[in-house]
Amino acid sequence: MSKLLQVENVHVRYGGFEAVRGVSLSLAAGETLGLVGESGCGKSSLGRAVLALEPVSAGRVAFEERSVHALKGAALKNFRCQAQMVFQDPFGSLNPRMSVGTAIEEVLYVHGRGANRAERRRKVEALFTDVGLNPDWLSRYPHEFSGGQRQRIGIARALALEPKLLVADEPVSALDVSVQADIIQLLKRIQRERGLAYLFIGHDLAVVRDMSDRIAVMFKGEVVETGTSGQVCDDPQHPYTQKLLSAVPDIDKALAQ
Amino acid sequence: MTAHTDNPLVDVQNLQVHFGAVSSPVRAVDGVDFRIFPGEIVALVGESGSGKSISALSLANLVPEPAARIVGGRIIFQGSDTLTLKNSELRKLRGAKIAYIFQEPATSLNPVYTVGWQIGEAIRLHRKGVNVKAEVEKLLTSVGLPDPARAAEAYPHELSGGMQQRAMIAMALACDPDLLVADEPTTALDVTVQKQILDLLMELREKRGLSILLITHNLGIVANTADRVYVMNSGKIVESGETGTVLRTPQHEYTQKLLKAVPRLHKVS
Repeated sequence: MSKLLQVENVHVRYGGFEAVRGVSLSLAAGETLGLVGESGCGKSSLGRAVLALEPVSAGRVAFEERSVHALKGAALKNFRCQAQMVFQDPFGSLNPRMSVGTAIEEVLYVHGRGANRAERRRKVEALFTDVGLNPDWLSRYPHEFSGGQRQRIGIARALALEPKLLVADEPVSALDVSVQADIIQLLKRIQRERGLAYLFIGHDLAVVRDMSDRIAVMFKGEVVETGTSGQVCDDPQHPYTQKLLSAVPDIDKALAQ
Repeated sequence: MTAHTDNPLVDVQNLQVHFGAVSSPVRAVDGVDFRIFPGEIVALVGESGSGKSISALSLANLVPEPAARIVGGRIIFQGSDTLTLKNSELRKLRGAKIAYIFQEPATSLNPVYTVGWQIGEAIRLHRKGVNVKAEVEKLLTSVGLPDPARAAEAYPHELSGGMQQRAMIAMALACDPDLLVADEPTTALDVTVQKQILDLLMELREKRGLSILLITHNLGIVANTADRVYVMNSGKIVESGETGTVLRTPQHEYTQKLLKAVPRLHKVS
């Protein structure tokens, strides 16, 4: 099976500190790979390196068999359409002085999608509807939306260029539990409809399990365990994975006692 | 377990807190009743905007005035209504009897003073004649900081998030309070650090007989730590009871919805 994304022995270095130390992963089209670990384990650095937002000090990230860090000009711009990011805090990533409709439309404009403003507007309206928001709200500003709605806007913007890969870095961590469940359902539906691949970064193992086909566990810049979600959560092999799992306040285990 | 023979430490009756215009107020807390017994860990559960934090701040009359107003109810703490206390009496209550810890230890700590100085402040104000330095180190030891002397001399940014929250707990314990209000104390922490902090809170309950009001939206934490739970939604308590009973057989629609939304670590067979 040819892989959409291939991460080969990647290192990310900040000065004297090596945040990612030789990580290899792969992701097929339409698949979700969960990346779990605690603060400072290197999971976000790896996510950014995958999108060529962070240089690698060694190793290679290949998207559809092309090294993303070697891309330039039009090829890099094309890669940016194919691989997009959803952030933890959509408020921090939306311009407070730009209506959300304009913010999404700008993405289309920059990448030359849509013949004219009216056509772009129609695309933005369709995106807004697709993520469960009312297109009448497109002229509103980010602060007029709730946290869950803002995350839907962040997802709509990431989807605007019809990417094949979404890197979602803690997309539901800042949300209430019921809103979290809604956004997870939305991400799953979009994946089914569009055949998107997700690199889903999180620290909450239960959420990551719910989302992912496979899980990679990161610790101190290295992947210490990978497997299907079931293998990793139900039968963890590495001591760190075991420690991580035993630290989760598990509602079912507590109630069984 | 629920057959309490002693009197409640806190008895909140029909608490009402309003925000905004007097003519059309937002009823953030709309007639809430709850009780905490000595040595008990009680969880107040709900989502953003449910009124759980404002209810907790009301206990020591700490709601942000004038934006919020306590417009009704009684909070009986050790026999007297904290809502009728004078400012001088409230100062003796806050910190000394009821202490708080919050979600973001980094924002609760003053960046320009050492941790030890900040913990010592409450001791200097409330407990005259005590050796402050020795007491601070004793407190830091009791919250499990491995090198208390060094931690006391550190500035907040020199400590990790978990160590900062331990320092906050040490500060909260400085005057040996009867009630600790912990408002989302582990939400900003990694899961392994979260477990350490929750274990510490349970240990403090055992050793000191401390009562804890734990505010959280994480039902996994509730299941693992709380004796009883109150579920809050839109300013009202919609369900309460022994933790196991409420979580196993939730009666209210909202509690059922919350439980259904919790992602499960292991597939339920």
